[in-house]
Formats: sequence, C-alpha cells, structure tokens
Amino acid sequence: MYGHGVASPSYRKRTAYQAMLLGGMATLASAILVLGDVETRDDIAMRQAEDLKASLSQVLPDEIHDNDLLSDVITLPAGTNTKEPIKVYRAHQEGHISAVAFEVSAIGYAGPITSIMGVDADGKVLGVRVISHAETPGLGDKIEISRGTWITSFNQHSLDNTTASQWHVKKDGGEFDQFTGATITPRAVVKSVYEGLQTFEQNRKTLLMPATSETSDKVTITEEKTDE
Amino acid sequence: MNDESPINYRRIMHDGLWDNNVVFSQLLALCPLLAVTGTATNGLGLGLASLVVMIISNMVVALFRGIITPEVRIPVFVLLIAAIVTVVDMMMNAWLHELHKVLGLFIPLIVTNCAILGRAESFASRNPIRAAVTDGFAMGVGFIIALVSLGAAREIIGAGTLFANASLLLGDSFRFLEITIIPDYRGFLLMALPPGGFLMMGFLMAGKRVLDVRKSKKAEVATSTPALEPGS
Repeated sequence: MYGHGVASPSYRKRTAYQAMLLGGMATLASAILVLGDVETRDDIAMRQAEDLKASLSQVLPDEIHDNDLLSDVITLPAGTNTKEPIKVYRAHQEGHISAVAFEVSAIGYAGPITSIMGVDADGKVLGVRVISHAETPGLGDKIEISRGTWITSFNQHSLDNTTASQWHVKKDGGEFDQFTGATITPRAVVKSVYEGLQTFEQNRKTLLMPATSETSDKVTITEEKTDE
Repeated sequence: MNDESPINYRRIMHDGLWDNNVVFSQLLALCPLLAVTGTATNGLGLGLASLVVMIISNMVVALFRGIITPEVRIPVFVLLIAAIVTVVDMMMNAWLHELHKVLGLFIPLIVTNCAILGRAESFASRNPIRAAVTDGFAMGVGFIIALVSLGAAREIIGAGTLFANASLLLGDSFRFLEITIIPDYRGFLLMALPPGGFLMMGFLMAGKRVLDVRKSKKAEVATSTPALEPGS
C-alpha cells in the first residue's frame, strides 16, 4: 500500500533502513526548525518589542514622557508581593521620572492574569491593561480593553484616595464592579493592581531616584548590561 | 480509495465536507474543538489555522509516501506534523503578527488535533500529492464548518450574540458579522463552558443523523415501487 505502483524493494525490510529513515526524517525536521528559527528570530523579537512599546504607551501616555520607554529599565528585587524580580520601565520628563510602568499578576479563574500598569510619581494609577490571561471567553474576558471599559475604572485611584477596604470588588464591599457570572476574575485583577501600588510605595525611593539625567543614563547603561 | 481507480475529486470534497466530516462523522479533533468553540469567531480562527496545517502536512506526507515504511510511519508523521506546526507558528509570529496575536493561542492546539495524523495515515500516505492536498483542503473546510456551526450555536444560546469580536480576527471590514441575536440576554453559562460543548455537539450530530437517514429513505422510496403512499 505504501509507495504504491512500485514493488517494495527488500532492503526496506531491514532494520538499518528503518533507523536511517527515522534518523533522516528527524534530521530533516530539525533542519527545518533551525532554518525557521534563524529566519524569524529577529522579526519576532522586533514584533515583541513593538508590542511591549504599544502596551507601555497605553499605560504611560505620550504627554508625560520625552524618552524612549524601552531605554530606561530597572529591575526591582523580589518583594513581599512578588516572587520574582520585576522589570520597571521608567518614563522621563525634563530629567525627572514622571511615571513608571511594570507588570503585575494574580491567579484568576483559569491561571495567572498578567497586566501592565502605569503609576505616576504621586502613586496614582495612570492605566492598567491586561496582557495575558486564560479566563472564560464571554465572561472573564471583559477585563480586556477591547471587550469593555472596566479596566479603566482603576485610573486615578491610589493608595491615598482609596482605602484598603475599598480595594475590592463591590461584592466584597469595595469600589470596583464585578461582572455577572464572573467574580473571581475581576477580584484577581483588583488584587494585582492593589499589590502593584503597594510595591510602588515600598520602592518609591529607588524607583524615582535619579533626578539628574547623567545618573539616570548611567543607571540605564548598567541595567541594560545586566539584562543582556 | 483504490489505487487503480482514477481519483474522484468530487468524492474527496463530499467526504471531507459532509459524509466523512472530521468532527461529526470521524469524531476526531474533539479536544481543541470543545476548548475553543465558545464563540463562532474562535471556531473560525482555529479552523483557519488547522486548514493551513492540514493542507501542508498532507502534501508533505504524500511527497514522502514512497520512502516511508509502515513500521516507522507513525513517528515520522508525528515528527513532520510537529515541525510543520512549529514553523507555521514562527512564521506567522514574525510576518503576520496581528493575525498571530489572535490565532496564536490556537496554533499549539493544532498539535493535539489527531485528525491531521489521521488524514496523513489514512489518505495522504497512499495517494498522490494533488489528491492529498485536495483531501487536506476538504477536511479542513469540513472542520471549519463544524467549528463555526458548533461555536455559533453555543454562542447564540450562551451569550445571545453571533460572531462577537469577528473584527479582531478578520479586520474591521468584517464588523458587519457581529450580530446581537438576543438583546439584554442574561447569558447561559453552561453553553460557554466545555460541558455545553459536549451537549451541543450531541445535538448537532443527532441533527446530521436525522438528515442522513431522511436522505437514504428518500433514495429508497425512489427506487422502490411507486405504489407505496408517500410518507408511509
């Protein structure tokens, strides 16, 4: 049946042929993968940088910075709310740090929900955007900006103007709406934003430190080197 | 599918689209199917990605069918399919990035689609390239039909909408597809979750059976004596 129309030669029955065939195919598949990787690697890295920039610019509006958002990245060590070090992107305006953006995450209904949030120098939320999640389509995915404006309800909130008991969904006596049929998802996002603000507060000095552009440039360079 | 008979492309298309439909007749590919068909748009997304992989994998398998021996065919097919899916994923990520952001979620799911291995095994490995590509296309389109009909049925009952967010997948010119069937609908959670997928698939399969049985009855009536009353 295989190789129809051609009488199957006897060497095909040998184990050596089978092994050669399998090895040859594995080599071919690996070669295709390597070639594909080499061809696409740079483009993918570029696209991902563009994506990162696009999501950063959603939480750090253009008006409040005059630097390239990917140029000043510092890393905060793991703290009370985070198990892993956090990368913080800093927005500069006229030599000052005007705002910072970093990723936060919490466990939702179906795995971690990762968001990026922008916080201005006063500790107010500039914006939050969900980057990745696996919540139920049609219910929990209303946290995406493309499917609803709920995520903008965090804007302008800070630890000062919103008390700890208000940092919850309404069902739990807090400030923020839940969705019909989905409470766990918004609860997780509220928690992650609240923890993000706490992280900001704890590290405020480090985050806003370099006032002169000279030192900030130095920090940038050393930080980028350690990132590589 | 006899080797000697000329290849009947009409038959291949009809098999893929209806008679031997991947989902409703072969009951393959249920894992990705139930996972993503919460909405018609998601179904369409997975369907399109699967169609591309199915055509390429059938083509490659048919190309190598002369040298692959029955003893090692399964690992070879798995290897080829996995490589194809990975390369398609990488190329889409690099060059069709906007589409990849929407479909990207579905591409790794294609590896779990046993229908692709099934077609490689039962069709592509014993047919010439053109027939194999046609079969991949027919099976892929049949899969899209199944995914979209299941997704649409679940979406209408589960959320009261149809093709919600289609513009995110296909671009703004397809916004007209987004319809709210039942305004102010409170939603029916069961249908959005995988168990609802199983239920709805059962209903759709039953519906297909009814149509098939009716069709074969009609054919029977037409060939039997015309003295019989219609509908008896």
